[in-house]
Amino acid sequence: MAGPQRLPWWRNRRLLPWLVQAAVGLVVLVVVAFLVSNLVRNLTAAGLLLTWSWLSNPAGFDIAESSIPFSASQPYAWALLAGLVNTLKVVLVGLVGATALGTLVGAAAFSRNGLLKRLARVYVELVRNIPLLLQLVFWYFVVFLALPNGSQAIQWPGVVLAKSGLYLGWFGADGHWQLPLLSGGVWQAPLRLTVEFSALLTGLVVYTAAFIAEVVRGGIAAVPQGQWEAARALGLSPVVTLRRIVMPQALRVIVPGLNSQYISLAKNSSLAVACGYTDLYSVAETTLNQTGRAVEVVLLLLGSYLVLDLLISALMNGLNAAVQWKER
Amino acid sequence: MILRRLAQALPLIAALGLVGCASDGGGIQSQKLALVKGRGNLVCGVDGKLPGFSFVGPDGRYSGLDVEVCRAVAAAVLGDPAKVEFRDLNSSERFAALASGEVDLLSRNTTLTLSRDAAGGNGLSFAPTTFYDGQGVMVPVASGIKSLKDLAGKPICVESGTTTELNLADRMREINAPYTPLKFQTGDQTYAAYLQGRCVAVTSDRSQLAAKRTAFPSPAAHTLLPEVLSKEPLTPATVNGDPAWADAVRWTIYALMQAEELGINQANVAAKVAEAKANPNLADRRRFFGIEGDFGKQLGLPPDFVVRVIQAVGNYGEIFERTVGQGSPLKLERGLNRQWQQGGLIYSPPFR
Repeated sequence: MAGPQRLPWWRNRRLLPWLVQAAVGLVVLVVVAFLVSNLVRNLTAAGLLLTWSWLSNPAGFDIAESSIPFSASQPYAWALLAGLVNTLKVVLVGLVGATALGTLVGAAAFSRNGLLKRLARVYVELVRNIPLLLQLVFWYFVVFLALPNGSQAIQWPGVVLAKSGLYLGWFGADGHWQLPLLSGGVWQAPLRLTVEFSALLTGLVVYTAAFIAEVVRGGIAAVPQGQWEAARALGLSPVVTLRRIVMPQALRVIVPGLNSQYISLAKNSSLAVACGYTDLYSVAETTLNQTGRAVEVVLLLLGSYLVLDLLISALMNGLNAAVQWKER
Repeated sequence: MILRRLAQALPLIAALGLVGCASDGGGIQSQKLALVKGRGNLVCGVDGKLPGFSFVGPDGRYSGLDVEVCRAVAAAVLGDPAKVEFRDLNSSERFAALASGEVDLLSRNTTLTLSRDAAGGNGLSFAPTTFYDGQGVMVPVASGIKSLKDLAGKPICVESGTTTELNLADRMREINAPYTPLKFQTGDQTYAAYLQGRCVAVTSDRSQLAAKRTAFPSPAAHTLLPEVLSKEPLTPATVNGDPAWADAVRWTIYALMQAEELGINQANVAAKVAEAKANPNLADRRRFFGIEGDFGKQLGLPPDFVVRVIQAVGNYGEIFERTVGQGSPLKLERGLNRQWQQGGLIYSPPFR
């Protein structure tokens, strides 16, 4: 036999996989193109083709609380932005609160105090086994709306809890520390949180902290027992051991778990409407009802939550890289 | 939430397909009337959860103003008010159910609007309005609030995603009174927040506020403001494209109103008929009862359909008082729903 026989192309081991890939890719492309063109054709026929000009029309509705100046004559885009800012506000404060509470409860699982240990266990099991929506309804209707008003309000130094809101001492306009004051039956304070915000924040923090506590507990448990014993042999106190020896090692296990809890908190904030808080979802629902632009509003909602969660994820991945083992 | 909206859209999409088919066979006099007579019962779409309008009692029996309209039509067409099959429909299902022919008649506290009537919109055929409602605002008596203006700067509870929310925003803007809207997703949450004192007012249709108030711990401590924020004429509807069926429904409802105007009620109808039979000079009443003339035949109904309807459910005034008026827990005033001679809007064209 002279020379290697040329293989027919359908038996070419290098060409064949490539051809199969190309064929599958082509089929996927055709299907997607068909679906998109079908969608556009049907939306056009129904007069529902995506338009965004309505975003600059006046909204015509009021927002209960807004961190940016808002009135009914401002455009829908601004109303949605006010809702987004409200969402960001509750998410940011919620993240800090849930992390602090969750870390404390998670660390308490290793306490030598039996009562503290059991309390932490009861808290975690109680909270994480009840649906968040029910908890929010509980915090809002049973706890915060049952608060007394006026002079009967619950008063602690610098903090007043009333049905009309949560009043905190803060630096006033003149730069001096100011305490909440009762004038004419109405509380005044430099910093006022509405009961809707307070109820949502409490619900989110209490709920998410239970999950974070488990993540922290798992992280601490992952540090070998020998590390504790070595630290004790060096004469370090339990608190210093936890802070200086165990936690830095536990963080590399904790951070990836925290990431998904943070994302959950951001998404769960859309349950705000259960306790009357005007978040992005609430504003979007009114906008949808008023403009009838269902597809656009839902796309905006999807995009906003996606970007928010991707941002949280990116930050946490950065943190994760920072706490990993450094091989030197 | 998005899933729910998708689910709501599905019956509509299905109905769109069916509407196209249904319009082909419009040549026959009335398919629907023949269909209902042949089937031997009337399928009537109602809400089913609204006290006073359509509500299922503990014995499984439907009651309410919308329900009585269904029974009246069944009495007129089939001679028996019991031959009705009720279908509970939510607000997004209702038009699709009617368009697809799943129900023969929609009697479900539906507001008559241009876009629902127009052929380019929902394309319904509306009967006479059976209840003139409007959006109202309820406040605690102790709050001392007397008008919408007093609500400036105050929190108001409202159900989100309703026309109520938009009407409130429009009216408050008109009178230049900024307020704090507290939005909730369900009616129950809205009324709970109001009762807990978070809002000084709650807004909805006036009849609904009155119905909800009956379930409050102390109904007398709450009152409706005099302002009416919107017009809500609640009207039964049939599908477009079957004028004969629409006429039969329309004139059955007019018969209820005409009977009240003539002082004919469930108790005295037999005596009035006997009187008219004996006295040929009572021509108006003889025509109304079908003793002479052929009104029934013109509509495709029995000659004495009016007598059957009144014997079955009574006249409009009786129905009103029994379901939403003084004889019911709602205790609504007749208001706009009085006869035209008393300054109301209930007005039957002549039976002639």
